[in-house]
Amino acid sequence: MRKVIMTTACLALFTAPAWAGPDEDNLVINDETEMITEVAAPAHLENVDTIYSGWRFRTDETQALQLDDFDNPAMIFVDQAMDLFNTVDGSEGKSCASCHESVEEFKGLSASMPKVVDGKLVVMEDILNTHRADVMGAEPWKWSGPEMQSMVALIGLQSRGMPVNVKIDGDAAPFWEQGKEMYYTRYGQLELSCANCHEDSYGKMIRADHLSQGQINGFPTYRLKQARLISRHNRFRGCIRDTRAETFAEGSDEFRALELYVASRGNGLSVETPAVRQ
Amino acid sequence: MAKGVKPRVKVPKSAAAGETITIKTLISHKMESGQRKDSDGNPIPRSIINRFTADFNGQNVIDVTLEPAISTNPYFQFDSIVPESGEFTFTWYDDDGSVYTETKSISVS
Repeated sequence: MRKVIMTTACLALFTAPAWAGPDEDNLVINDETEMITEVAAPAHLENVDTIYSGWRFRTDETQALQLDDFDNPAMIFVDQAMDLFNTVDGSEGKSCASCHESVEEFKGLSASMPKVVDGKLVVMEDILNTHRADVMGAEPWKWSGPEMQSMVALIGLQSRGMPVNVKIDGDAAPFWEQGKEMYYTRYGQLELSCANCHEDSYGKMIRADHLSQGQINGFPTYRLKQARLISRHNRFRGCIRDTRAETFAEGSDEFRALELYVASRGNGLSVETPAVRQ
Repeated sequence: MAKGVKPRVKVPKSAAAGETITIKTLISHKMESGQRKDSDGNPIPRSIINRFTADFNGQNVIDVTLEPAISTNPYFQFDSIVPESGEFTFTWYDDDGSVYTETKSISVS
């Protein structure tokens, strides 16, 4: 009998931390930029009261890498993007710096992306490649290539600390609805929607992984397991692949819409670009 | 010559005399081990940083030999005692003969 009780006690001990939500840490970068990692959910969210940055779900060791820009491995790529900004490319003999005096003029841009321009939903990658083609006469960058994501990170860094604030009404509304539809659609053989993990189950462990709310306020993100900057669409693709579905392509209209919707779920959190994750 | 090599160093700007300070260094370098092959099956020649040193006012603080197993963008963090104001010199030696240096001064009160 005693043995049985002991076994039960052990079981209880091992199964106890079923809920291990976000931790209580504060994110202050370089001892000066205070980040909002927890805030009341935007009004359009029906099933979540509080939104949390993914940073709050990571281990202390991973969190520490984002506290200081010297320790943040993503900054190497940001430095490379700074060089790219001044590098002449394409038939017109121009660099980014030929038209744009400094990257600092993009302060706030990433916080409001994606947005609708002339009836089309555009994300940062679209803007970069359009400018490369139309102004510089240069070859487009690959969506998840190092040049593209380094530059997206550099521009995102200018908005770091500002609250995410994407527009979801007006001409953005149809795209937002499409994204929302996708978020709640079950994909793949495992029949999982984004919401199953990131809304219903955030804070729980999915095998060894601590489920976050799937916020994209820190993208492009340096993922330790891939040792490079990861684009939003690459992460979407990875998640849908894990449901054993045929995924959409990076840079597809579906992912643009999903990016708008997921970004809007983080309205109010600080832009953390470039973040560090597991 | 290896491309995109850029040393980065973080040293506190000031310290108290005799204080132990923490120094962080990082150099972006691909650290090609020489063990890998390209898509045609030819070995990719070794290209690594093979030595790293830090000196304070001419006195050696740390001298490291790096081997091919060390991964991309080698990062070193170490402590040093600073008896007086002066200058740290950091030096990285590349397999291809290039030498990268970075200096940082610190004022001690």
